[in-house]
Amino acid sequence: MGYPHPIHSSETPVLSTHFGDAPARTVAGWQERGGYAALKAALAMAPTEIIDTVKASGLRGRGGAGFPTGLKWSFMPTGDGKPHYLVCNADESEPGTFKDREIMRWTPHALIEGCAIASYAIGAEQCYIYIRGEFTEPWSIMEAAVAEAYAEGVLGDHAMGSKHRIDMVLHRGAGAYICGEETALMNSLEGKRGNPRIKPPFPAQAGLFGRPTTINNVETLAAVPHILTRGAEWYAGLCAGNKKSTGTKLISVCGHVMKPGNYELTMGTAMSELIFDMCGGMRPGRTLKAVIPGGSSVPILNAAEADTCILDYEGVVEAGSMLGSGGMIVMDDSTDMVYEIYRLAKFYAHESCAQCTQCREGTAWTTKILARILAGKGTVEDLDLLLDLADNMTGKTICVLSDSCAAPVVSGIKKFRNEFDDYLTAKKAPVLVGI
Amino acid sequence: MNHVPVAEVPFEPVFTGPALAKLEALFPLYPTKQACLLPALWIVQETRGWIAPAAMAEVAALLDVTPAYVRGVVTFYTMYHQHPMGRHVIQVCTTSPCHLCGAGETLKAILKETGCRELGATSPDGRFTVVEAECLGACGFATPILVGNDFIESVTPERVPGLLQRYE
Amino acid sequence: MSTDCVSVTIDGCTIEVPKGTTIIEAAKQAGVLVPHYCYHPSLPSPAVCRMCLVEVEKAPKLLPACVTAVADGQVVHVHSPSAEKARESVLEFLLINHPLDCPICDQAGECELQDYVFYEGRSGTRYGDYPKRFNPVEVFGPDVLYVPNRCILCTRCVRFMDSVADAPVLNVSERGDRAFIGIDPDHALDHPWAGNVVDLCPVGSLISQDFLHKARAWDLDTTASICSGCSQGCNVMIDTRDDVVVRIRPRANLEVNRHFMCDHGRMHYRWMNRGDRTEAPLVREGDRLRATDWETALEHLAKSLGDAGPDVVLLASANVSTEGLGLLKRLVGDTALATTVLVPSGPEEPLVGIPDLALRAERVANASGARLLGYDTDWKAATGNLSRAKRVVLVDLPLDAELQRLLDESHARVVVLGTVDESWSEAVDLVLPMSSLVEEDGTFINRDGRVQRFQAAKGAPGMARPAWWVAAAAWARHAPDRTAEETAAEAFLTVASQVPSLDGITHGTLGFGGRRVVAAGAVG
Repeated sequence: MGYPHPIHSSETPVLSTHFGDAPARTVAGWQERGGYAALKAALAMAPTEIIDTVKASGLRGRGGAGFPTGLKWSFMPTGDGKPHYLVCNADESEPGTFKDREIMRWTPHALIEGCAIASYAIGAEQCYIYIRGEFTEPWSIMEAAVAEAYAEGVLGDHAMGSKHRIDMVLHRGAGAYICGEETALMNSLEGKRGNPRIKPPFPAQAGLFGRPTTINNVETLAAVPHILTRGAEWYAGLCAGNKKSTGTKLISVCGHVMKPGNYELTMGTAMSELIFDMCGGMRPGRTLKAVIPGGSSVPILNAAEADTCILDYEGVVEAGSMLGSGGMIVMDDSTDMVYEIYRLAKFYAHESCAQCTQCREGTAWTTKILARILAGKGTVEDLDLLLDLADNMTGKTICVLSDSCAAPVVSGIKKFRNEFDDYLTAKKAPVLVGI
Repeated sequence: MNHVPVAEVPFEPVFTGPALAKLEALFPLYPTKQACLLPALWIVQETRGWIAPAAMAEVAALLDVTPAYVRGVVTFYTMYHQHPMGRHVIQVCTTSPCHLCGAGETLKAILKETGCRELGATSPDGRFTVVEAECLGACGFATPILVGNDFIESVTPERVPGLLQRYE
Repeated sequence: MSTDCVSVTIDGCTIEVPKGTTIIEAAKQAGVLVPHYCYHPSLPSPAVCRMCLVEVEKAPKLLPACVTAVADGQVVHVHSPSAEKARESVLEFLLINHPLDCPICDQAGECELQDYVFYEGRSGTRYGDYPKRFNPVEVFGPDVLYVPNRCILCTRCVRFMDSVADAPVLNVSERGDRAFIGIDPDHALDHPWAGNVVDLCPVGSLISQDFLHKARAWDLDTTASICSGCSQGCNVMIDTRDDVVVRIRPRANLEVNRHFMCDHGRMHYRWMNRGDRTEAPLVREGDRLRATDWETALEHLAKSLGDAGPDVVLLASANVSTEGLGLLKRLVGDTALATTVLVPSGPEEPLVGIPDLALRAERVANASGARLLGYDTDWKAATGNLSRAKRVVLVDLPLDAELQRLLDESHARVVVLGTVDESWSEAVDLVLPMSSLVEEDGTFINRDGRVQRFQAAKGAPGMARPAWWVAAAAWARHAPDRTAEETAAEAFLTVASQVPSLDGITHGTLGFGGRRVVAAGAVG
């Protein structure tokens, strides 16, 4: 099917096959489409067998960090008798990213099934799905799906009629981007401020409620049933030669393209094909100026870099950025890069949890300097100052929110210096007042 | 503002009857009572429209934490209202992806249509409060807005008057 | 090298420390200060100020020294260019919203922000003319003021109230650069140990109203002492300005009070500055007391006690030093009818996060010392003996109505060693001016049997002398075979030689940390 556009012939629909297909939202509908077979099979396997399969598939975390999923699961202690927890990170808040939302809206049972398999694999009987507060529609769909899964015996004391208990609880966030950071999310789930924690200890040692915990992104978990059903080899084969990045990836495309939306690509697809073919290219009369390829936290690519960029974990790094969460913000030649960078900095200043000094003060200061430039009161020294602040904000804090604020600033000044100069030399009229 | 001053309204406990039952049903789902804090605050907000200091104290007592602790948590999360709001709170996404696609114009249209003079203000008829939201997570459907719990995609200035009609 | 130890090199200095030691603590042992704000050895470490970032060879990033445990063979650079730049930047970030109101800030001179900025901050500002964050001053509690504009969000206060005092009335409110320390409006920061947040605050954000604008830090003289508020024996510093006590702060002693003291002890200092002090010895001459010199006074004392024989009752405050109590007991002799100390009591107020730390029910410092020296604490029994006594010696006791009534009923003549003027009744023959414990050196023995020294923080008024000096001089009078002790240290030696558990201990060996000489509870 596809949503909001039909599936493009260059896509490889796996997770998105049933986007737009509302009847897939029920247990029966999901089973008719082949669902819950993987869970049934998984519960008859040894947990280590599942972990090995996921390892062999090459699946990597789809939330942004790209950590190998099977390896992460294998960090969980075994035979320690403690309660283990699986946490599903459905706090999708990275600007430019809206794929988990679609998974939950259209295929809630794909997520429930993935969560159930992962729970069993890591020895967890309890799974929490943390959904951001703004996702009211995904919440009600997931709520109905979980209730039905209990009613149909998919979840509960005897999941799928097995002897294994798998319980699932939905937990609603309340408006904090930082809760997408895994340790902040765990704090939030425990009823605390969403402050990221110092690592170590890592979640597999002491996570939620101090217990061994695995935390995975929605897209990661939703891919697991397919890997079990169709085999690790099949999944590992979904790539263009780079064996480190396998499978399909949902790329959320937004901004100045004709057809924004989610596109499910085999790892290794060219960014230019995605933008100019699948997404229908730029708006009429417009040309590509810049792309932020992995959600707003990664360096900006200019048109030339975007043109040669290959969409897999290593390919985007080679182009000078990161695949991140796969949220692609496309900007055409009408874009005021200085303003957009300012808007991103403002976002991070708003979302900083206030713990680390560099982040609390640096994100706000960066925003003020950018606002001053936009008000026509900037100086050349302001650019040097921005770059130095960015350096001081990178790699020095508990989490990477501060780094995320710095990344677009640094790449923006480097690649679009002329646009900054236009404000500094009054070639361009101020767009902000004050300061 | 046409709200009754807060101090003059005697506080009626939130957690009686169904609201209390709803909260108590959550306790077995978590190993600590504290973990029920965010859900409890949601119950308060759904019941009262905002979270008054007295409600924070009530939640604190129910979950064995202190009112100061609850306040620290409430002020961390932007969706919890610390003041009375209009009957319908409109959150408009204006973060970069939506800004690229005209969120600024949509926001202006919403302010104009609701009669809210500025962000955060409640309309004179008490119907709406408009706030800016940071990334609502639907960037491909610019501009998304949340009216109460209704998530509405692809809002353009032209659509605003029609969309808001059904909110009394 | 023991297997429980690791070797680490910090700024070129190689040391061995126990496994699990944090870099910041290891650095202390290597003589290297790692600048820090949020870290405090008596609080959990959140690693949020990011001030203690240090370079560790082979680590990809700078690491927070406060939460990173040393590894064997690790090479740490506290003063490498990258670590210094990181700290310089933290200081710059902290200063952009910090007012430069040091001239009117109580913390100036003992401010860690000021110190580190001078130490390794950058000169000048790059923040320019942006407005600084502004929030009004708030009264947090009976003594504590919060000046949010100076706050650097280190959260030590919040963590103290949460984890140590177990009274979480403070929080971090809001987020980003709008964050501040919040307090629940229906609660005050009035916990019996709340004052510690003022000491913990590294800047002038949490300040004491009691100390507000009283003195500049650089004008203060600081003396190591022991709190006399209860039998816990918290180690304290007495700050004086021109011989006036203006503040008492805790002094770290990990075995007694860690880094804390209670508000009762902290605020219990005004008596130290009383102006109505007894400054000269007084002897009875007919119906009045006449000022005299020590020579005459001591002669009267020796004679008075000699005449009374064994019919003496010695009543003392249990805040008299071990030296004073010991030599007074020697003076009145073993045959005295009673030697008793007054031990007032109040409710116990524990600091729950620290084991064995509380404002104790016994609201005096040396009750344990008194018991060890053979004093009784049964006040009723002692005062019951007054009717049989020929002499009563009162040492540093307030002359309340009850005591006055008992003295009136008895026919004993009274000798007073006191610190403040009173309306002495006709029964008083002799008044000897005593120095108070802040005016003399000495020791107390706390409830755990720990002997701890205190030092004179200010001069004694007029002719006032320590109790031990009076007792020694009177004891040696007309006895050629006796030599009066001339210093508190000598007095201690004399006392110690009479008590087996104190034998061999001297003021010198006690040092600043004190020493436990008796099992806890044995003298409590």
